Amino acid sequence: MTKELRRLSIVMLFMFLSLFAAASWIQVVDADALGQNSNNKRTRLDSYEIQRGSIIVDGVAIASSVPTSDMYQFQRVYTDAAMWEPVTGYFNPALQSATGIEKALNADLSGTGSSAFFSEIERIVSGQPQTGLSVELSLNTAAQRAAYEALQGLQGAVVAIEPKTGRILAMVSTPGFDTNLLATHDSDAANAAYDQLDADPANPLYNRAIAGDLNPPGSTFKILVAAAAFATGEWTPDSTLPNPARYQLPQSNNTVSNAWGSSCGPGDTVTIAEAIRLSCNIPMAELAVQIGDDAIREMAEKFGFNKSFDTPVASTASSYPRALDDAQTALTGFGQGKVTATPLQIAMVAAGLANDGVVMNPHMVDAVIGNDLSVVRAYEGTEFARATDKEVADAVTAAMVASVNTAAAQGARIDGVDVAGKTGTAENGSNPYTLWFTGFAPADDPAVAVAVVVENGGGKGQSGSGDTIAAPIAKKVIEAVLGR
Amino acid sequence: MSTGVAADTSVIKALRSIRMPQTQRNREFGLLLFATVISGGALTLVQLGALGAIDPMILAIGGGLAALAFALHIVLRVVARGADPFVLPIATLLTGLGIAMIYRIDIAKSYTGWTAYSTKQLAWTAISLAGAIATVILLRNYRVLFRYTYIFGLTGIVLLLLPLVPGLRVDDANAAVWVSLGGFISFQPGEIAKLCLAIFFAGYLVRTRESLASVGTRFLGITWPRMRELGPVLVVWVISLAIIVFQRDLGTGTLIFGMFVAMLYVATGKTSWVLIGLGLVLAGAVVATQVLSYVHGRFINWLFLFDPKQVDPEGAGYQPMQGLFGLAHGGLVGTGWGQGRPAVTPLAQSDYIITSLGEEIGLIGLFAILCLYMVFVSRGIRIGLAGQDDFGKLLATGLSFTIALQVFIMVGGVTRVIPLTGLTTPFLAAGGSSLVANWLIVALLLRISDAVRSQPRMVIG
Repeated sequence: MTKELRRLSIVMLFMFLSLFAAASWIQVVDADALGQNSNNKRTRLDSYEIQRGSIIVDGVAIASSVPTSDMYQFQRVYTDAAMWEPVTGYFNPALQSATGIEKALNADLSGTGSSAFFSEIERIVSGQPQTGLSVELSLNTAAQRAAYEALQGLQGAVVAIEPKTGRILAMVSTPGFDTNLLATHDSDAANAAYDQLDADPANPLYNRAIAGDLNPPGSTFKILVAAAAFATGEWTPDSTLPNPARYQLPQSNNTVSNAWGSSCGPGDTVTIAEAIRLSCNIPMAELAVQIGDDAIREMAEKFGFNKSFDTPVASTASSYPRALDDAQTALTGFGQGKVTATPLQIAMVAAGLANDGVVMNPHMVDAVIGNDLSVVRAYEGTEFARATDKEVADAVTAAMVASVNTAAAQGARIDGVDVAGKTGTAENGSNPYTLWFTGFAPADDPAVAVAVVVENGGGKGQSGSGDTIAAPIAKKVIEAVLGR
Repeated sequence: MSTGVAADTSVIKALRSIRMPQTQRNREFGLLLFATVISGGALTLVQLGALGAIDPMILAIGGGLAALAFALHIVLRVVARGADPFVLPIATLLTGLGIAMIYRIDIAKSYTGWTAYSTKQLAWTAISLAGAIATVILLRNYRVLFRYTYIFGLTGIVLLLLPLVPGLRVDDANAAVWVSLGGFISFQPGEIAKLCLAIFFAGYLVRTRESLASVGTRFLGITWPRMRELGPVLVVWVISLAIIVFQRDLGTGTLIFGMFVAMLYVATGKTSWVLIGLGLVLAGAVVATQVLSYVHGRFINWLFLFDPKQVDPEGAGYQPMQGLFGLAHGGLVGTGWGQGRPAVTPLAQSDYIITSLGEEIGLIGLFAILCLYMVFVSRGIRIGLAGQDDFGKLLATGLSFTIALQVFIMVGGVTRVIPLTGLTTPFLAAGGSSLVANWLIVALLLRISDAVRSQPRMVIG
């Protein structure tokens, strides 16, 4: 019996050793991974105890966590909710959902990011309750409000960028919605509100500034085509192109015309600068065919087309496709056909030209700060690409300034300031036009670049234009930034 | 001549009146003191951590139970001087830690009064300690149990079958193991049945070990028993399977069969029995997984717990996953008594008491608990090694192995070493019948160890 007993005790020893090993694995080796598991209720309950950080614009909190007595311990409250909703998004612990900045910077706001580690040590030492980090945004309240009020009653978006740094100064999308409705802890009410917004034909949930249904940019794309032409070195602003009243697309039976039906100014030929100033379609179509879609696409990609940007909210990539035939290339010459863009992208084009051809990465966050307002992480402007050199940028700028001062974009004219601008009136078959404007000011030392898009013809079907509807909105935004 | 005898008698009398130091009991006193202080400390920390204040009522009750444990100690000083000094303190400490954690979970769920699990556990602890004291006093010679081998066997089987009797059965969605006494107290007769069957197996094996170990056919270098010796083993296997199938109690079935195979091996020394036993277990497991949906479910949970396509994290997978998350939440040193969230896991006070403890006292605490179990089991094996009569050796071995196997099945189940079953963790889990049965095991081990130590040692040559 003794021998068997000894063997049995060895078996029992191994049984216990396996338990030691299993417990060690779970509690030490795998503990972090188990803690991050999305089903871990304890981690979630722990997160409710932390007061979420605020989202701050111009020193004012537009999203903050207010103590409540329910199980989530804090309620997220949004001020000027409909105006800021494209920026903040909403955060709802009851539905475990977050959008916008609330989602993109969730690790910092909820206090679980790696940046929180040292402030956590400080907190343990000082005995303060744990809080998340706050986020300071680059947005400009005056610009945002100007854009929001100007877009009331319209379906569209505005994006304003600071050209030198890429800081986003305004991001508005209408119709908006009240994020407080989606942040309520009553999940039935929140779901009902969401379903209602989702079913709304005006699609208030879309962020038209960086996503949603992308639209052809219309004539605003002409400045990029011109830049592409000048960059080849074979074209200058004074190069001429044929000036017919009608133009048959290559290898096609379709014809295109200028917006007013006749030719682009007097004469058999017209310069590129004039084509921009007057916003003529036919010369730009011819130009596009001559430089070829590859050259246009390369220039477009240098400005950010075909790429999604983390602002830190991810944008939908604007599209200039490959392998276009000549007819399609001609259409893209005046921003129709297969090219589609977000206002963010068009604003980046304007900002790039404003910044002497250097395109900066667009971003909304200036800094992540701790409870004591110390900066935990600062964001500097970073360069995305050099799209053109200074001469090309200046050439296009000159044409744009002329357009605002004397011709097609006068809706954006401001007394005492040189505004460079380009309107766009994009056709959508027999549907209402999509109205665009893009530009920057002051032209010699730009402080802000703007892009405005108004869908559904601005309520005027096919009788509105970028100049009458979109340009005045941009003017108000520029005035707000410049402090007028 | 008569003066010689008188002188001998007086010498013997003088010898008897010399008070030998009771080294074992003194050791036990110190350890018992340590155990009760730690248990009291745990209770206090739970109150400080979870309530922020100290409730003297609970501490008073805990003190009462500590007094009962010391009463058992005093009884041992009188009737069983040579009993093993580790068994009682370890059982007390484990029971105390269990009560502290069950109390903590009651606080988390706001249970008070008689709906609280800790109140019931305290009551059952008192009953168990009383039962242990009674057993130690009344069972002067454990060999008496040998005489009633078959009666214990019958009692064991009856107790196992009791929950199937329609009148007494308490409806439980999972397993038919509960019996209701007067509609007030629910009881698991399977726990006592386990004890009865251990005594039965020990007695039976002592009687029949010769024939079970007899010559058989030699095959593959091992001596295999003949078919007629196989009979009893198959009977036990069938009983275990019947428990698993009809009572849906995977744990008890496995435990009883494992206990029998281990005792069979120790009694006969034949490896073939172990291999046959393992083969039967595997065959039974394969059949059960395919045929019984609840066993199949347990296997899927075990193998694919984190695969959302196989296991629903909000359904069947919720309890094991939250148990693991609780352990991970505790980490190396634990969250501290009263400061974790053990109550998130369903049945945290019974099936998942180990993960609740692991969360609040950490890996270090869990190691300590496992070491306590290891020492407890090793003391039982020690009796098996040192004992001189086969019945005592086998009984002590069987009881110790049962405890070890039960801990392995329970802790292994919640840590995913093996699939989860429905056993209780000895001494820790909330459950009156389990507590009573395990304290009776403590009483038996104390009695047997005392007998072993008091035996005159054989001097050979």
